[in-house]
Amino acid sequence: MKHRAFFWFILPTLAAMTLFIALPIVSVFVQSLYVQHEQVLVISENCGPFGCKQSTSVDIAATEKLREEAPLGQFNGLGTYSNRSHLAFAEVGAAWATSDTIDAFWDEVVNLPFYGALTFTLTYTAAVTPLVLLLGLAIAIGVNSLPSIFKGPSIFVSLLPFLVTPLVGSLILFWMVDSDGVIGAIIQLIFDDPNLSLKASAALTWTMLILYGVWHTLPFSFIVFYAGLQTVPLETLEAAQVDGATKWQRTIYVVVPHLVPLISFVTLMLLMDNFRVFEPIVSFSAEAHARSLSWIIFNDLRESGNPLYGSAGATSMLTILGVVFLLTPVLIRTWRDFKGAGR
Amino acid sequence: MTKQTKRRVTFGRIISLSLVCTWLCLAAFPFIWTLWGSFKVQSDFFSKADWMNALWGTNTLEQTGSAFTSSGYQGAWVIEKFWENFLNTGIVVLSTVVVSLTFGTLGGYALARSGFRYAFWILMAALVFRAMPHITLVSGYLLPFFEWNIWGHLPTTIIVLVAINQPFTLWMLHSFFLNIPKDMDESAMIDGCSRFQAFRLVIVPVMWPGVITTGLFSFLLAYNDFAVTAMLLSEENETIIPAINSFLGTTQVEGKVMYAVAAVVSATAPLFVLILFFQRQIVSGLTAGAVKG
Repeated sequence: MKHRAFFWFILPTLAAMTLFIALPIVSVFVQSLYVQHEQVLVISENCGPFGCKQSTSVDIAATEKLREEAPLGQFNGLGTYSNRSHLAFAEVGAAWATSDTIDAFWDEVVNLPFYGALTFTLTYTAAVTPLVLLLGLAIAIGVNSLPSIFKGPSIFVSLLPFLVTPLVGSLILFWMVDSDGVIGAIIQLIFDDPNLSLKASAALTWTMLILYGVWHTLPFSFIVFYAGLQTVPLETLEAAQVDGATKWQRTIYVVVPHLVPLISFVTLMLLMDNFRVFEPIVSFSAEAHARSLSWIIFNDLRESGNPLYGSAGATSMLTILGVVFLLTPVLIRTWRDFKGAGR
Repeated sequence: MTKQTKRRVTFGRIISLSLVCTWLCLAAFPFIWTLWGSFKVQSDFFSKADWMNALWGTNTLEQTGSAFTSSGYQGAWVIEKFWENFLNTGIVVLSTVVVSLTFGTLGGYALARSGFRYAFWILMAALVFRAMPHITLVSGYLLPFFEWNIWGHLPTTIIVLVAINQPFTLWMLHSFFLNIPKDMDESAMIDGCSRFQAFRLVIVPVMWPGVITTGLFSFLLAYNDFAVTAMLLSEENETIIPAINSFLGTTQVEGKVMYAVAAVVSATAPLFVLILFFQRQIVSGLTAGAVKG
């Protein structure tokens, strides 16, 4: 295709992506270099019969004016990145100096907002992704061996948790595991503890969120693997059977190797989607024990009346760096394939 | 010997069958339970006394005289005016799908037919954009949008959702157009068509299956979005998903939680219908990226 024709064809989509994805990243970066204005304080002296008293009050009009004039706030350089809410170099250094064991050091670091969110996000991603891959494969093999009348309906039922709005899906589950809900009540019955609540402890909250993640994303890997199973060459399977391979051996040595390209594709998709975990934390109101990177950005922006654009911007930049870091292997491989494609 | 092999096979089958059955129950049960419970009163659906109440509707019978009540739906749709949010969602989703498919088909076609290096870089950039959490972008929108006074309006949200949709749409349609033989449009161009005429007369008539599949996913992305719509829409323009979330914030009063339950069921219904009619296209769309690697 000629350069000229290409340009006109790509123009609308490229304009949309530049204006609303690339430029906002720049804007996020610029924002992260500023902090919001401090309130303008006026010190006034009240002199009464018992001497003079100094009182400090906020000059609301002046503060408003300052915010109007420079909505970005005041320049702070990279200060926001290194403060307590983000990379917290000073706090991490202090924790390292004062704590005796790695565990004590870790406990202190995890209590810092950014590291806490990063830990949860990575734990969630690292727990959900392999579970979903394994269970998805197992269920795909199971459904594939069902009589064909059941295959369509089971795919239909499986699609529900995947396509349902994440906020809605997690609400549905939350109402069930809530201490007044059906699963919550049954769990209380099993453990014979009427006060048991899944929201009470961090470990239970994390487990609940991870189980939700598995429930929500499992259908994706199941369906991709199921589609892959339809293309497994029958001759190879028969040849393996003739050679005396058991069903288990055929699965491990014929089916799984055939699915390897799919496995890397599913892993990539799962990593991208799990890394942005956000809605379930809102639905489960789990923020007391579990916060993800997306959630702390949302929270900064929601800060009532006075959104912390600088802080949200800094967390966003760090998150984007994390995404690029996660994707590097894929990008490198695709680049090699592209160059290898004969150019 | 044969007997032994047979038994081992059946054992494996039992395990895999029970796994499938467990999964299907886990997948379907929450939806059935919530649908059933949405016709009860709060003290049944969130029963402090006995969870079996939600099944038989003991308190519902006591309070309303019947085992089923539509008061949750009435509250959500009539009192809380949920239909306005539904209308907003309809406008946002429909416009997003139409605009992003128009942009996406043109761009995806160009990328599929161009072997130049910049086409590759556009695809790579789109992959990175696709992976970014949407909320990171939202924090970049807010300040400029407030400054230009375009915050809170439906068109702003539509164009933002279109842009966020583009990376995905581009990738999907790009791999779809790769499967349409180059010879088709090239022979049209030899016959004297311009590039755009070849696209309009030769490619457009055969591209609909791929466009419909991509459209389904654009629909889902726009419909399911929470981060963008919650932050960029003012209260009167809210779509259903942020509206459900604000229901929860304001309705801790007895009985009103059922409004949220009814709203949740109402929000799931369109998706249910969508899967019912387009199951095949959705499955093929999910695997389209995989087949191409």
